[in-house]
Amino acid sequence: MAVERRGAAIDIVGLRKEYLSGPGRVVALDDINLRIAPGEFVCIVGPSGCGKSTLLRILAGLTVQTSGTIKVEASGWAVENAMVFQESGLFPWMSVEANVGFGLMTRGIPAKEAAARVEGALKLVGLTRFRRHYPHQLSGGMRQRSAIARAFVTDPGMLLMDEPLAALDAQNRVILQAELVRIWERTRKTVIYITHSIEEALLLGDRTVVMTAHPGRIKQIIDVPFARPRNLMTLSASPEFGRLKLDIWQVLEAEVTRARSDEENHS
Amino acid sequence: MKIEMSTKARERLLYLISPIGLIIIWQVLLMVGIGDRRFVPAPSDIAQRFVKLAGNGELEWHVAVTLYRVVLGYIIGAVPAVAVGLLMAMFRPVRIFVDPLIAALFPIPKIALMPLLLLAFGFGDASKIALVAIAVFFPVVVNTYVGAANIETIYWDVAKNYGASQTVMFTRIVFFGALPTIFAGLRIALAVSFIVLVASEFVATKSGIGYLIWNSWELLQVDVMFVGIVTIGILGLITSVLFQEIERKAIPWKTE
Repeated sequence: MAVERRGAAIDIVGLRKEYLSGPGRVVALDDINLRIAPGEFVCIVGPSGCGKSTLLRILAGLTVQTSGTIKVEASGWAVENAMVFQESGLFPWMSVEANVGFGLMTRGIPAKEAAARVEGALKLVGLTRFRRHYPHQLSGGMRQRSAIARAFVTDPGMLLMDEPLAALDAQNRVILQAELVRIWERTRKTVIYITHSIEEALLLGDRTVVMTAHPGRIKQIIDVPFARPRNLMTLSASPEFGRLKLDIWQVLEAEVTRARSDEENHS
Repeated sequence: MKIEMSTKARERLLYLISPIGLIIIWQVLLMVGIGDRRFVPAPSDIAQRFVKLAGNGELEWHVAVTLYRVVLGYIIGAVPAVAVGLLMAMFRPVRIFVDPLIAALFPIPKIALMPLLLLAFGFGDASKIALVAIAVFFPVVVNTYVGAANIETIYWDVAKNYGASQTVMFTRIVFFGALPTIFAGLRIALAVSFIVLVASEFVATKSGIGYLIWNSWELLQVDVMFVGIVTIGILGLITSVLFQEIERKAIPWKTE
């Protein structure tokens, strides 16, 4: 299936975010520069405290940066971005249907059109039969599928994903990873995907951004050379995959060790 | 023979044993001559009187009057309480403005306001309805605020990221997110409304269950007095069961 249009272009320049923390200031993000091409799938990995979630929240408009600029070119898309949260963030008081259609309702899409689009999104993630269920009646995987459908249905230029599969068990994670790649390959939205799993970053992304903690900086950006469409199972078993994984791990390991000794010195 | 009983059936039995047991002990004690039946009538005396009062329509009249006052006062008190509680959670200035008022007025025994309300609304139904409304307002407003303020931040984030307006935030997120806690407040308010109303009916009225109780005390018709007390208990039980049904329908996402 041909992709007619590609997702938003993002240009992040000199981004900095400070928090007030007690008497002092904590630098969550420092000098972040990142240019993301339309339709690119970028994964961000890094130790906890590297500010990767903060970066995503700034992109999502949930937090404001201290300085620096973000330019997003998302013309031709219904909305600039949609976020998929770690714990799904489905509203427990709404049915799956209402949850998926939430971003359409808030934007005043006529009910008939909204219903058709929700229908399509539910079909995409295989939840048509569960439209009237409430989130607590679904499994973790189904909840995350609903959250993904909720994001896709608004037709955003970029998808912001904050460890969306981290809470799932291993089998479900593999299935959803494959599903995500399948959906993404059909739509080619720009994706910024946060994960703590190097493997996941390599399986899904075009590039992997490795971040450091205290302060959160970009340490290295690695091109992921694997061709698409990808078969995640065979890919993860290939020797190149293993080599790349080890490379990134070595970068990350140094960071994690440094961050830990930093913390110990502080306390 | 071994009797198999489900947990549910056993619980239901346990639920009934305590009140029925109490009534039986009460009846037996009086029948064997312990206690003075003029002051403490037996359950059978009360039942007889109950049937008689119900038969001539007198009891129904008092019940109707009391229910009318409770229901109206309850609605007039609860609806603005929910609105104010939600506004408090959503807007800091509202909270800062309203907080001291609630802190100061909540602990005042609402029945102490009765003379004031008689001055303001006269001796008719209005003063009783106003009293119920005031008494209902406080537990509901506090519970609504607490419920809305404790909505998990992720829901605010999702709503904001997905373009929710202030109105959508209010009607689709804050209200529903707070609903389970709101219902807890409404349930407390239900009991409170009966408590203050019956007390207020002791004075300055010629109708209602409270009047029935007080009047029979003055006439030393102890059995009628007990009919009034029992009736209030029954009304409380019925409304509470009804309330639980409504709650179950209103919060279908609540897991048992």
